[in-house]
Amino acid sequence: MDFILNLWVELGAWAQGLLNSWGVPEWGVNLISDIVGALILLIIAVMAVIIFTPMERKVIARMQDRPGPNRVWPYGLLQALADAIKMLTKEDIVPRNSDRALHMLAPLIVAIPAFLVFAVLPWGPQVIGKDLNVGVLFIVAVGSIHVLAVVIAGWGSNNKFGLLSTFRAVNQLLAYEIPMVLCILTVVLFAKTMSTVGIVEAQTVPYFVVTPVAGMIFLICALAEANRSPVDLLEADSEMVAGYMVEYSGMKFAMFFIAEYVNIFAVAILTSTLFLGGYKFFGLEAVAPILTPVIVFVKAVFVVFCMLWFRATFPRMRFDHLVGFAWKFLVPLALVNLLLGALVVKLTDNVWGQAGFMLLSNIILIAITGILVNRIARQLREAPAIKRIAAVER
Amino acid sequence: MQVPLSWYLVVAAALFCIGLYGALSRRNAIVILMGVELMLNSVNINLLAFWRHLEVAGGTMTGQVFAIIVITVAAAEAAVGLALIIAVYRNRKTVDVEDVDLMKL
Amino acid sequence: MNFSQVVFIILSAMALIGAVGVVTNRNLFRAALFLILSFVGVAGFYILLEAEFLAMVQLLVYVGAISILIIFAIMLSRRIMSSEFRASNEQWLIALVAAAILLGVLLAILLQVNWPTDPVADIPDNLMVELGKALVAPDQFLLVFEVASVLLLVALVGAVIIARER
Repeated sequence: MDFILNLWVELGAWAQGLLNSWGVPEWGVNLISDIVGALILLIIAVMAVIIFTPMERKVIARMQDRPGPNRVWPYGLLQALADAIKMLTKEDIVPRNSDRALHMLAPLIVAIPAFLVFAVLPWGPQVIGKDLNVGVLFIVAVGSIHVLAVVIAGWGSNNKFGLLSTFRAVNQLLAYEIPMVLCILTVVLFAKTMSTVGIVEAQTVPYFVVTPVAGMIFLICALAEANRSPVDLLEADSEMVAGYMVEYSGMKFAMFFIAEYVNIFAVAILTSTLFLGGYKFFGLEAVAPILTPVIVFVKAVFVVFCMLWFRATFPRMRFDHLVGFAWKFLVPLALVNLLLGALVVKLTDNVWGQAGFMLLSNIILIAITGILVNRIARQLREAPAIKRIAAVER
Repeated sequence: MQVPLSWYLVVAAALFCIGLYGALSRRNAIVILMGVELMLNSVNINLLAFWRHLEVAGGTMTGQVFAIIVITVAAAEAAVGLALIIAVYRNRKTVDVEDVDLMKL
Repeated sequence: MNFSQVVFIILSAMALIGAVGVVTNRNLFRAALFLILSFVGVAGFYILLEAEFLAMVQLLVYVGAISILIIFAIMLSRRIMSSEFRASNEQWLIALVAAAILLGVLLAILLQVNWPTDPVADIPDNLMVELGKALVAPDQFLLVFEVASVLLLVALVGAVIIARER
């Protein structure tokens, strides 16, 4: 019974014991278990694409009162397979005057950060790729490689529109990285450790309840980092005809596609780890540790559903509004939240006391921000027309 | 036996000399800046190698703090240097350091 | 030749090949990409030296920010799509000789000393806590920390002013 309850850990220990009994040396056992673990994580990451592609289209379609894809198998659930076959059979075009090496390098680099993040996401107390001491810093550092891949893709396309979209993409990605790091810092303040398993273990109260402001800001910034609506100006057909991916076709475009969906899945698991309690569910993980991956998956699907909900509901933001929102609104708000968090952590050591004080201060912060924004909006609305246009364009 | 200290020092010295050659012999201002960044990286490797092998026994963190400050200064210098290069390009339409010689005799 | 040494040789090949690629390539964009390869190799060194925080900071700051800054400066200052007429100035031979002599002198001095081969002690368990305390403790490095933050502020304001459109 104990074997079944702790299935994942016991399975790993049994496999290692089997290899040891076959006479494989110590370094060989480590190497094989690392490779098998990496393969399992890769397969889980790619499952994200297969599950979330039809889910996205069906969910958004239902929200818009239409059926969505329903040709491929019952209810259109194998749509990802049809997409993959379509992309595999397209012609592979390389623009003539572009830098061939760069053009081919970009799709390789763009998928790497999305997969690397899976190494530090916890699926259970000991079911993790590698519990780094600086786990969340690793995730932030790897996310900045994504920016690099976008730049190489834009430059290697030899296309003015692609280059313009690259500039905008880097602008947006760098602008939304900063409030994200500040919110992660707030969480690290409360958890007193940067390792992801440590953060999940420290959440007796889920951090979304403790600091809802940090949770919302992190969700918005994660949406922007993953290029999702309402901040997906870079790949909007009406604005920038597929943006920096404009010269890519066939399997190379499929790499960008895969990278985006794996990114969404990774960010959803990250949100649930940092803010929703990870693999914990009111003590269920102590009773039946076999269920922890299921708990993580359910929470991740919930966060992805929220992202799809945002996409179906909000219109797209204009680019200068988008960047201004990040720099002028999110960064000061996240900084003030960080200061409040530091104050509360110094105030009391009791976990429930910290949660209560932080929640109270966050509610006051939201109220003050709401009143200020309301007042500024009313001023702008009642100003004469010329001043209004100038203010909006600034 | 882990990696000996002398190996780190040799690689850092090689990196420094390659960066020095790049900074002394290229015409493009941006490549000169890249050479300077290579030199700063080699200094960081030296600092951290000495910290790991010799200073950890005392429990102090001087090597790591020094390396963090060097990274900070390198970032600030790269930002200002590149801003200068862009300003010079706007005025003179060139990034070749051989052409920016108005003050020569 | 154990595992750490093999990894060290691979990483040093990455760092040195990246460095040579930076200083010899005529195509600016490829030089920037070789620079990124060198930075990633150096980050690998930091992980071998068990300074994980610094490895992540190196990836975040150098690869994620400074390299993109350099690439943007390359993009904003191109006259023609092909490379310059000559990549090296007229004193490249003297520079090569000087760098080679410097390398020779450094190696001669380095290899004479009897350096310790193994680290003297293990890293403490709460390395991050100690590092954090060292940065903000008044008797350790608080002043350096504050001066570095003022330096960053000055660099930020200065760069924006210098590169502004008139």
